[in-house]
Amino acid sequence: MAVQVRARGLVKRYGDVTALGGLDLEVEEGTVLGLLGPNGAGKTTAVRILTTLLVPDEGSAEVAGIDVLKDPAGVRRSIGLSGQYAAVDEYLTGFENLDMIGRLYRLGRARSRERARELLERFDLTEAADRPVKGYSGGMRRRLDLAGALVADPPVLFLDEPTTGLDPRSRSDMWEVIRELVRGGTTLLLTTQYLEEADLLADQIVVIDHGQAIAQGTADVLKSQVGGERVEVVLGAAGDLEEGRAVLAGIATGEVLVDVHTRRLTAPVSGGGKVLVDALARLDAAGIEVLDVALRRPTLDDVFLSLTGHATEAEKAEAAR
Amino acid sequence: MSALLAALGDGTVVAKRNLIKIKRVPELLVFTTLQPIMFILLFAYVFGSAIDPGGVDYREFLIAGIFAQTVIFGATLTGAGLAEDIKKGIIDRFRSLPMSRTAVLVGRTTSDVLNNVLVITVMSLTGLLVGWRIRTSFLEALGGFLLLLLFAYAVSWIMAWVGLIVPSVEVVQSASFIVIFPITFIANTFVPSAGLPGPLRTFAEWNPVSSVTQAARELFGNVGPGTPVPDVWSLQHPVLYTLLWVGIILAVFVPLSVRAYTSAASR
Ligand SMILES: Nc1ncnc2c1ncn2[C@@H]1O[C@H](COP(=O)(O)OP(=O)(O)OP(=O)(O)O)[C@@H](O)[C@H]1O
Ligand SMILES: [Mg+2]
Repeated sequence: MAVQVRARGLVKRYGDVTALGGLDLEVEEGTVLGLLGPNGAGKTTAVRILTTLLVPDEGSAEVAGIDVLKDPAGVRRSIGLSGQYAAVDEYLTGFENLDMIGRLYRLGRARSRERARELLERFDLTEAADRPVKGYSGGMRRRLDLAGALVADPPVLFLDEPTTGLDPRSRSDMWEVIRELVRGGTTLLLTTQYLEEADLLADQIVVIDHGQAIAQGTADVLKSQVGGERVEVVLGAAGDLEEGRAVLAGIATGEVLVDVHTRRLTAPVSGGGKVLVDALARLDAAGIEVLDVALRRPTLDDVFLSLTGHATEAEKAEAAR
Repeated sequence: MSALLAALGDGTVVAKRNLIKIKRVPELLVFTTLQPIMFILLFAYVFGSAIDPGGVDYREFLIAGIFAQTVIFGATLTGAGLAEDIKKGIIDRFRSLPMSRTAVLVGRTTSDVLNNVLVITVMSLTGLLVGWRIRTSFLEALGGFLLLLLFAYAVSWIMAWVGLIVPSVEVVQSASFIVIFPITFIANTFVPSAGLPGPLRTFAEWNPVSSVTQAARELFGNVGPGTPVPDVWSLQHPVLYTLLWVGIILAVFVPLSVRAYTSAASR
């Protein structure tokens, strides 16, 4: 399988801020790479460089086998981009927006119109097609923006946080659309702040922070690094926190975290509902009042905590030597 | 050649988009034309009796000046429009398409010309109502209108550059207001430049706004035999002097704007 997106040592600085500090990426044809990171991690910067909008200070990149720096025009012919904020023209109707993009791809008048109608139908926007975008909801704009990226049926697609700001239903609709695209053979680079989204959609995940990849692999690999689920309990009395921590340590697979402020204990566990029941029984036996309890899957926060945790341990080991 | 054709084709698509906006937000056109109509009425009736340009009725003298000021203000739409498009990420979308690099700018500046044609038409009708007349041939008058539009077109490219490098629509608007107001007032637009005090008069005489106004006045026949023309080269050869400025502005600001567009970052 051919590599459709390849970045080597991308560096981009803004004054003192290093937006990207030597990022490497590879996306194989027909697969999905999820670029996962918190605000300011450098996701958008990476996407802008790969889509020719921004020139890196150092490094090189190839998209669809074409050098991004040497032949940006060639790259533009092979990609579709849906940026972080829907770039649709408020004053035009949905149809006019897509028709305009088709004309700018030089599809010709008839083909542009036909393609616009096709995409509006596919993204469930036919009814709103002839209304100005000003009156569209956030989810409709996002879908229209994605449709805009697909006008020329590009082999490589870049989606920057395609579901941020969408309600849960629009989000799962968007996921379905994306899955369908990938089934059709599109190569996709997707950025997200949600582990769940990367988990559902991506074949490979790269976690970035401060412009650097801090972990990569499949969703399963990352989750096993973070370790299963979390049991979270909120205690009635702050004085019980220490004892509660000791109790939960008996069932946790890793360190139990204490948040004094919210009187919350978080314990990584494996074993699902049974462990939850066990935890409650033990807390009850110790006479600790529990106000709230939950079993949840690891979040990006957990991944980060655990990844930066590893980093400090490595540093400690370094220092001990 | 094919690159030029491509730029024109893409430019037409972009211009069409801008014109749709005028259609969807008609208030925009109403206010851009109301302002010059208000100016024509205010100047004609408030100052009309107090100012004597010599050899010609003030209302005839005034119209070319207001035309010049208004089409220059019309050119600022380019700057505000581009700043807005950058903010909304639309420029990013355009820049990710395999389209011509100059098309957005060509389309934007061209749609301003069309907007100005509309505005000039409305103003001409208002002018006719308050007593303005064209006293030359059709071709000469046409030349006058074309020169005004051409000058405004050149100004659009300055505004395009400003719109691409300045962070917000509001800043573009107030910055252009602060610059354009004095430039269009320290000129022969509303009063004969001869009456201005020393340094202001020199500025007014070499101000291209004066030459384009003077040229339009002459081409419309709005100068009487007794109207004095200052004895400076710029106003003795107003058409040539104006064309020279148009050439210089385009030579400087087209490349500057294209470069700013190519590296424009969304903010
Ligand atoms: N034009 C710019 N000028 C100055 N700093 C910038 C610019 N663009 C990005 N940065 C900085 O570079 C870093 C990376 O930004 P980037 O937008 O790539 O992050 P991101 O991962 O997309 O974040 P988010 O989730 O908030 O969209 C941030 O610290 C940001 O402040
Ligand atoms: Mg971003």
